[in-house]
Amino acid sequence: MFAYVIRRLGATLVVMTVVAFVVFLLLYLTPGDPAAILAGDAATGDDIKRIREKLGLDEPFLVRFAGWLWALLHGDLGTSIFTNLPVTRLIEQRIEPTLSLTLLTLTIALVVAIPLGILAAAKAGTWIDRAVMAFSVVGFSVPVFVIAYALILVFSIELDWLPVQGYRSFSEGFWEWLRHLILPSTALGTVYIALIARITRASMLDVLAQDYIRTAQAKGLDTGSILVGHALKNAAVPIMTIVGIGIALLIGGAIVTETVFAIPGIGRLTVDAILRRDYPIIQGVVLLFSGAYVLINLAVDLSYMFFDPRIRY
Amino acid sequence: MVSLMRSIATFAAAAVFAAVFPSTGANAQQKVLKFIAQADLRILDPISTTAYITRNHGYMVYDTLFAMDEKFQIRPQMVDKYEVSKDQLTHTFTLRDGLKFHDGAPVRSADCIASVDRWSKRDALGQKLAEATASWSAVNDRTFTLKLKKPFPLVLDALGKPSSNVPFIMPERIAKTDPFKNIDDPTGSGPFRMLKAEWVPGNKVVYVKNADYVPRKEPPSWASGGKVVKVDRVEWLYIPDSATAAAALNAGEADWWEQLPPDLIPVLARNKSVIVKNIDPLGSMGMIRFNFLHPPFNNEKMRQALLYVVNQRDYVLGIAGDPKNGQPCLSYFTCGTPLASETGADPLKGQRNFDRARQLVKEAGYKGERVVIIDATDQPIVHAQSLLTLELLKKLGIKAEIQAGDWGTLITRRAVKEPPEKGGWNIFHTWLVGPDMVNPAVNFPLRGTGEKAWFGWPTDSKLEELREAWFNAGDAAASKKAADAVQRRAFEFVPFVPTGQFILPTAYRSNISGVIIAPMAFLWNVEKK
Repeated sequence: MFAYVIRRLGATLVVMTVVAFVVFLLLYLTPGDPAAILAGDAATGDDIKRIREKLGLDEPFLVRFAGWLWALLHGDLGTSIFTNLPVTRLIEQRIEPTLSLTLLTLTIALVVAIPLGILAAAKAGTWIDRAVMAFSVVGFSVPVFVIAYALILVFSIELDWLPVQGYRSFSEGFWEWLRHLILPSTALGTVYIALIARITRASMLDVLAQDYIRTAQAKGLDTGSILVGHALKNAAVPIMTIVGIGIALLIGGAIVTETVFAIPGIGRLTVDAILRRDYPIIQGVVLLFSGAYVLINLAVDLSYMFFDPRIRY
Repeated sequence: MVSLMRSIATFAAAAVFAAVFPSTGANAQQKVLKFIAQADLRILDPISTTAYITRNHGYMVYDTLFAMDEKFQIRPQMVDKYEVSKDQLTHTFTLRDGLKFHDGAPVRSADCIASVDRWSKRDALGQKLAEATASWSAVNDRTFTLKLKKPFPLVLDALGKPSSNVPFIMPERIAKTDPFKNIDDPTGSGPFRMLKAEWVPGNKVVYVKNADYVPRKEPPSWASGGKVVKVDRVEWLYIPDSATAAAALNAGEADWWEQLPPDLIPVLARNKSVIVKNIDPLGSMGMIRFNFLHPPFNNEKMRQALLYVVNQRDYVLGIAGDPKNGQPCLSYFTCGTPLASETGADPLKGQRNFDRARQLVKEAGYKGERVVIIDATDQPIVHAQSLLTLELLKKLGIKAEIQAGDWGTLITRRAVKEPPEKGGWNIFHTWLVGPDMVNPAVNFPLRGTGEKAWFGWPTDSKLEELREAWFNAGDAAASKKAADAVQRRAFEFVPFVPTGQFILPTAYRSNISGVIIAPMAFLWNVEKK
């Protein structure tokens, strides 16, 4: 297994290098000029030209890429063209809100979705099953921002229980942190609840039809032990795959939620950087995402060994 | 990358710590003003960019030698005494006593000279002042002189310029920075001090009251007068989603929202704890800008044709959503300011005349060229104007199309001088705040200097001669007459079509008082009960 992990980590470096090059190339080819945005509406063409020279944006592609790569090898992701702040600092500022949102969303999703999926499978064909599946379809179909606005309207405006927007760091107190994340996590979690509940149900139904489950029932084991102790562990591999994909998507994909709830996370940092062509930030974040995706995939693959002892690397 | 890993570890440790020891709320006793700003502050240097959000940041942390009041008069601000020699060639300035930068250093003549020098390399009016300047020199730490090569009647107007670029005073060590390089040290001598460590771009900017600031005794009037800070801390919030911003203000999570989108005005007006108000006496001016390098708008008659069909009421409605939030402004200078007039504006007045416009298009010899309007769909003011202009052009029989993108793409593409079929353009729309169009000195889209002019690159020596004559006008009456001549020529040459004057109202909680009526949101004098 150790050799496998090392091999996968080695592959990660190759993947990240390729991603870095492709992203650099795409940004180079994309229309848009940070110098023009930096200069403002009233700037003349000459002003923009001078700013571009100062920023080194007039240099050839390979020179710019080599410079960026060289700095990266020295642990420097560069400096934002607009704020003049180091990209690492900007990512550091945003990583906590994104991790908080991701973890809480997944916690809510897993706590709600897995029991729902098990229940739907155990009661397959009944109204409970149909209700869970109907919720699942609704959860998939309603856009996150609609759920978000509805939650704000009810819990923030009408009931005044929870804040409308913003983020409080963990260091400002657990309750404040949690209060600011309940609505965004619930809004974002709805999709994942729907997805995981559906996968859990399908996977459980598959397992529940196996001979060894019938044997367990014939032995007189209670339903709870059969569902959780025997069936769920064997149904876990597809569920873990979906959870892994979910984590990866959440790290970079919570943009809508972060925007609606004004959470300063990585997703919004990325979108803002793309809109103003802040190349160093885009490159830094994409590198981070690609690394995170590869590592999460590795962790998911390794988790299969726990759930299914037949899998060995 | 190492520090990134460290921050993840810190977060995990903080999670455990915070759960055990929750925060006691150190700011609980402070008066904190939470202000939803019009945009995200990304650039700290008000000289290297003309972005209005950076200008507003400048007013928080910097001060100016002179400032404009609500009667358009230039008043001393950092300056205590000001003298001008009889030949109008030597101007002497003496700073007020007790002016200090945020780092504790006194404001010196050298700081002022370096700041004005840097500003004059980027700002159009500053460049005009620099052309007339023989030298700046410090008499002592508090007194300095400006020696001119020739009399320049607009010295004070330049030094008290209210909008981008504002000649803010910075410490000499910062002001020596190349004007094309972005500064990142917000040390100024203004009424607020920025806490840079708490700055989260895209989310929050934090300012605290500058305890060392010595306000003038006069009451505040626009950017002039006493800048008395009545809160301890100001948090500029950037909330990208306007529905969320409205909900935050409604729920009392924010105290003031600088600029409301028109569709949310009724939502906030229903809340008795929220005051919705127009505090900007000058508003903003929309415009249709042409590319003068390529057909068909390199022909004067084609540009004139649009004057006959543009209905400013439609544009104001499209931009501001409600006729109450704007008005037609048949002038190249901001309506409500001394130089505004309707001189030469007949084609833009009254019943719209499509027949006359079609005749002009015919006389121009329009050959069916495709007209490309570049649009930014993420900027509602730009997008609304683009759609209206497209309809007008179609009604005139002009083959027009919108090529949409985001604002970043538009402002890059408008710098392209190639023909539209090779990535160029024919028309774009934008807007400027009122103070940026009050006279020929600051109204940069009026310039006719060809390659050196603003995007579109119009060439018109007559317009430039008339502008030069305005600079040399001796008194207010002569200035008005010269400005009228500029405008008359502008309505013939049509460097752009003004599309009306609009105001985006502001909204604040009813426990806020002291909001200054001015073309930009100033946060001094504001009290929170």
